Amino acid sequence: MHLTTLTIAAARSAVQNGSTSASAWAEAHYARIASEDTKIGAYLMLSKERALAQASRMDAAAAKGEPLPPLGGVPVAIKDVMVTRGLRTTAGSKILENYIPPYDCTAVARLEAAGAVILGKLNCDEFAMGSSNENSAYWPVHNPRDLERVPGGSSGGSAAAVAAGMAVATLGSDTGGSIRQPASFCGVLGLKPTYGRVSRYGLIAFASSLDHIGPLARTVKDVALVLRTIAGRDPMDSTSADVPVLDYVEELERDVRGLRIGVPKECFGEGLDAEVRTSVEATIQKLAGKGCEVVPVSLPHSAYAIPAYYIVATAEASANLARFDGVRYGFRSPEARTLSDLYRKTRDGGFGAEVKRRIMLGTYALSAGYYDAYYLKAQRVRTLLTRDYEEAFQKVDALVTPASPTAAFKLGEKSGDPLAMYLADIYTVTANLAGIPGVSVPGAPTKAGLPIGVQILGKHFDEATILRLAQACE
Amino acid sequence: MKVTDKDVAYVADLANLELTEEERPRMLRDLNAILGYVDRLDELDTKGVAPMAQVSDRFGVDPSKTGSARFAYARRDDVPEGLRKSFTSQTALSGAPESDGTFFEVPKVIEK
Repeated sequence: MHLTTLTIAAARSAVQNGSTSASAWAEAHYARIASEDTKIGAYLMLSKERALAQASRMDAAAAKGEPLPPLGGVPVAIKDVMVTRGLRTTAGSKILENYIPPYDCTAVARLEAAGAVILGKLNCDEFAMGSSNENSAYWPVHNPRDLERVPGGSSGGSAAAVAAGMAVATLGSDTGGSIRQPASFCGVLGLKPTYGRVSRYGLIAFASSLDHIGPLARTVKDVALVLRTIAGRDPMDSTSADVPVLDYVEELERDVRGLRIGVPKECFGEGLDAEVRTSVEATIQKLAGKGCEVVPVSLPHSAYAIPAYYIVATAEASANLARFDGVRYGFRSPEARTLSDLYRKTRDGGFGAEVKRRIMLGTYALSAGYYDAYYLKAQRVRTLLTRDYEEAFQKVDALVTPASPTAAFKLGEKSGDPLAMYLADIYTVTANLAGIPGVSVPGAPTKAGLPIGVQILGKHFDEATILRLAQACE
Repeated sequence: MKVTDKDVAYVADLANLELTEEERPRMLRDLNAILGYVDRLDELDTKGVAPMAQVSDRFGVDPSKTGSARFAYARRDDVPEGLRKSFTSQTALSGAPESDGTFFEVPKVIEK
C-alpha cells in the first residue's frame, strides 16, 4: 500500500490481522522520511526508540489476538510545540534547543494510550508565530506539492508530513489559522476544534485564550478518529470543557441534506485570488447539489479581525514568553555578568526576529498609556466579532469561506514584510477570537495544480456538523 | 510615525530585550507599519461593548450567579498532593543551564 494514501483504519487493521506489523509500518515511514524529508524538512527530530517500543507492544498484542486500541500501530507525528517526556522539544526556537521536558502533553499521551506510534517531532514557525514556516530557527519547510513554495504555517511540518506520506496523521496547533492554512496549502485536512474541546496541557503557550491543538490527516474520517481520541475534559487544563465527546466517526454517517450553509459576503471581496474564489464557489455548489441550503450572510466586522487579533495575540504572547529567561531550562547566554544582563542577553540571542517583533508589539499594547487604546479596544472588538458569528449562526448551521486568500506562495515572497504575512490569516483568525471550530478541506486545485483549501466553520462544540460537511466535499 | 526611537528602547527594556543597533531601526519601522494598520480599530464605536478576555467567559459561565459561583466550570478540588505528585528537585533541575544540585544558579544579584 502506498504511504501517501494509507488511512488509520487500514494501518490498524493490517496490524490487527497480521498482514503487516506496527514495526514494519514505522520502519516504512522512517525509510520514506529518509528519502523524502531531505527535500521537505518537515521533521526536526525522530523518536525511533520510543516509536519502535510502542510498535512492538502493539505487535505483541496483535499476535496474542487482543483487539488493538483505535489507533493501534498507526504512525503519527507531533508538532514540536507540544512537550514530550524525555524527547527534545524546541518550539522551533534556539532558546529551547536543548530542552528535554519532564512530562507529556495530554493530547500526545492520549494518542499513545490509544496505540499510536509517535515517529518524531515536526518543524514549525518559532513558538508557532508565522504563516509560512520560514520563522523556524532550524530550517524552513518546503511544500511537498511544489518545493519552491511554502507549506504554510505555523504547523507547516505537520501539514507537509501528512501530504508527503511521512505520517498517517499529525497534531498541529492553531492560534490564528496555523492548522487550517497549512492544511489548505498542502492539500490535506486540518481541524481547529472548539476552544476547550482539546486540553492545552503541555502545549507551549503562545496566546492562551487563542491556542488550540488539533489533527491534520488525509481523510475526514481520520481527522474524526484523532479528534475523538484527544478531545474531552482534562483536570490539568481548567479551560478544557466538560462537554460530552461525541463519536465523531459515527456522526459522519448522517446525511448533510437540509443543512443550512452560510456564505459570508465579506469573505469573497477584495484580496481574494480568482482561482481560490472559483474553487470555493464550486465546493458550495457541490454542497447545494447534496441538498444543503445556501444562505447569504454577513459578518460586518470582518475588516477589523486582523488588527484586533494581532493586538490580543501579541499581548498574550509577551506575557507567556516572559518565562524564557535562561534560568530554569533552555539556552543561557554565556556572556552575562549580572542577572538582568542574563535575561536580556539570553532573550536577545535565543529569540528570532518575528518572536521579538511580537513581544515588542504586545508589550507596547499593554504598556501604561496604551493599554486602553490598544489592548482593551481589541478585546471590545473581539466581542463584536464573536457577536457577528452568533448572529450568523441564528440563521445557518455552518459557514463556508476560503481558508486562505491565495494558494501557497513562494519561499521568500513575503518574509520581508510582516504586515503582508499577517494578512494571509484574514479568513482564519476570527474563529480563534470567537473560539468556534473550523476545518480546512481540499477544494479543486489551481490550474497549475496547487492545492486550495475550503474552510467550514461551525457553532461551539459542533465539530460533528462541520466534519459531515467536509466529508460531503471530499 | 507614532512610535519613536525612545519608545522602542523603553518597550525593549520592559520586555527584557536589548536589541542590537541593526535591529532597532527595523523594529521601529515594523511597529509603525503594524500599528498604522491597527489604527483602523478606531473607526469602530465600542462604547458600552464589554471586553472579551476568554472564550469560556461566554459559554462556560452561569450568568445567573455571582462571584466564584459564576465561574464554577473552572473550579477543581484541592487535593493534598495536587493533581500529580510534584517533580523531584532533581527532575526540576535537570534542564537548568546551571545548578548546584539543589538550586538554580544565576549570577550574583547583590555585589559586596
